Amino acid sequence: MNRAFKRSLVLIAVFAGAPATAETAPGEVTIDDMAVAQPVTAAAGDAINGRKVFADRGLGNCLACHVNSDLKNEQFQGTVGPALDGVADRWEAAQLRAIVVDAKKVFGPETMMPGFYSLDVGVDVAEEFKDKTILSAGDVEDVVAYLTTLKGE
Amino acid sequence: MNKRTLAALVLLGASPLFTAARAEPVTETLEIDGEAMITEAPAPKDPPGHPFDVVKSGWLYREPDTRAMEADSFENPGMLNVEHGEEVWNTVEGEAGKSCASCHGDAAETMKGVGASYPKWNAKAGKPFDIELQINACRTAQMKAEPYKFDARDQVDLTAYIKHQSLGIPVKIDLSAGDMMSWWQTGKDRYYLRTGQLNFACASCHEKNSGNYLRADHLSQGNSNGFPTYRLKQSNLVSLHNRFRGCVRDTRAEPPKAFSDELMALEVYVAWRGEGLSIETPAVRQ
Ligand code: HEC
Ligand code: HEC
Ligand code: HEC
Repeated sequence: MNRAFKRSLVLIAVFAGAPATAETAPGEVTIDDMAVAQPVTAAAGDAINGRKVFADRGLGNCLACHVNSDLKNEQFQGTVGPALDGVADRWEAAQLRAIVVDAKKVFGPETMMPGFYSLDVGVDVAEEFKDKTILSAGDVEDVVAYLTTLKGE
Repeated sequence: MNKRTLAALVLLGASPLFTAARAEPVTETLEIDGEAMITEAPAPKDPPGHPFDVVKSGWLYREPDTRAMEADSFENPGMLNVEHGEEVWNTVEGEAGKSCASCHGDAAETMKGVGASYPKWNAKAGKPFDIELQINACRTAQMKAEPYKFDARDQVDLTAYIKHQSLGIPVKIDLSAGDMMSWWQTGKDRYYLRTGQLNFACASCHEKNSGNYLRADHLSQGNSNGFPTYRLKQSNLVSLHNRFRGCVRDTRAEPPKAFSDELMALEVYVAWRGEGLSIETPAVRQ
């Protein structure tokens, strides 16, 4: 059993009173070999909601940087990162989870992609975002579930 | 993908997977009312270490309609602000009973080239001044009038009027004066400082990704030669420190105050990055 898995088991035990919200805190997620093997929340990811989180400018806003043909009726898709078409053929779920949780641990500290479930952020964070992750644990799992549906023809 | 190829890809960084399609800025030339502007210039060599070979005006990254609007001063909505700035220039205010014109006469002569040399070391204040701070210094010391509050309409329009007298003149600031180099260095550190929940530095957008699209925005090098700029989104003339604050806020950080030491240092450094580009005030941006 790897460390991350043991930790999340412990956490799930801690949160056992409220199973629907059992989640691993951002600081407790272990990225091993560019992968996060265990889901960060107990509830299974919902790909349909993940698609919404992906496009929502106030949540994932993934289209700011990525083209995604699955959302081609969304205008203005960014080119800062690679197109995510067929991304599930290139990465496994555990790797996609690591990329969403903290891309800097996967691509290196210089990547432009923010850590969506990390508190390792820039200075002077505005009051309303202090000590908060960009996405909730549930949103992360939903986005990961959605990404795993992005397969080539 | 197995882990080994994965690691190799990350190491190489140059794999096609990781190269985004860039939309190059246009290579057109800008003439404003028939006068040629320098929109591309070799990067300044002193101090060494400029990240680009060629510095480019934000004009080159905008849509054709926006570019056309700037090229014709009758179409440029910012020219109304410049005209209002001229009225302010000639208006007597304060206990000394003077206008700017009382001392400085015809701005077309006395202010020609001045805007292109700012920010400039001010020995008395012991820090760099931009045009806005110089205006406030003249208002308080020379006119015995109240200083403008940040982004007061008269402040922005008068600044645009003064900068407009340098239209076409390339930006060149004096880094040898006073303590300018230490302000330049502080500004540079700020430029590469990651801020906010989104964890971006100025360089994340304007250096590593200039030429890319961030949603609908074609990212430029973030040069200051067009300020104050007329922003179509805001239907108004926008000051440089307002733009700085907006860019920092977009990283989900609390921005420094206008004219704070942090933003003055940043202004020095950003002006240097764009040296050689013509003043385009009032530039038109989206
Ligand atoms: C500010 C820009 C930015 C945002 C916003 C962003 N990304 Fe990224 N992303 C990148 C960059 C840049 C890369 C390429 C990695 C590198 O080399 O730095 C990347 C890489 C990826 C990859 C690997 C792609 C591949 O083909 O190998 C995935 C998956 C990904 N991002 C998912 C997302 C998701 C999901 C979101 C929204 C929750 C998102 N990104 C938001 C910039 C961004
Ligand atoms: C009573 C005379 C007087 C008035 C009125 C006055 N100034 Fe000045 N101004 C000066 C003097 C003297 C200097 C140079 C010394 C200094 O920096 O204070 C100066 C410097 C400047 C400079 C810097 C020029 C350079 O080459 O760097 C600018 C810009 C300027 N004034 C703008 C204005 C504006 C705008 C107004 C009206 C709001 C104004 N001044 C009102 C006397 C005046
Ligand atoms: C998340 C991306 C992002 C970051 C980070 C960012 N900016 Fe910007 N900035 C933009 C966008 C988008 C625009 C409008 C399009 C353009 O000119 O790039 C812009 C425009 C500008 C402009 C006006 C350019 C012109 O031609 O009118 C300046 C100056 C500027 N930024 C400076 C800065 C500085 C200084 C910082 C760091 C404090 C910064 N920006 C950080 C996205 C960013």
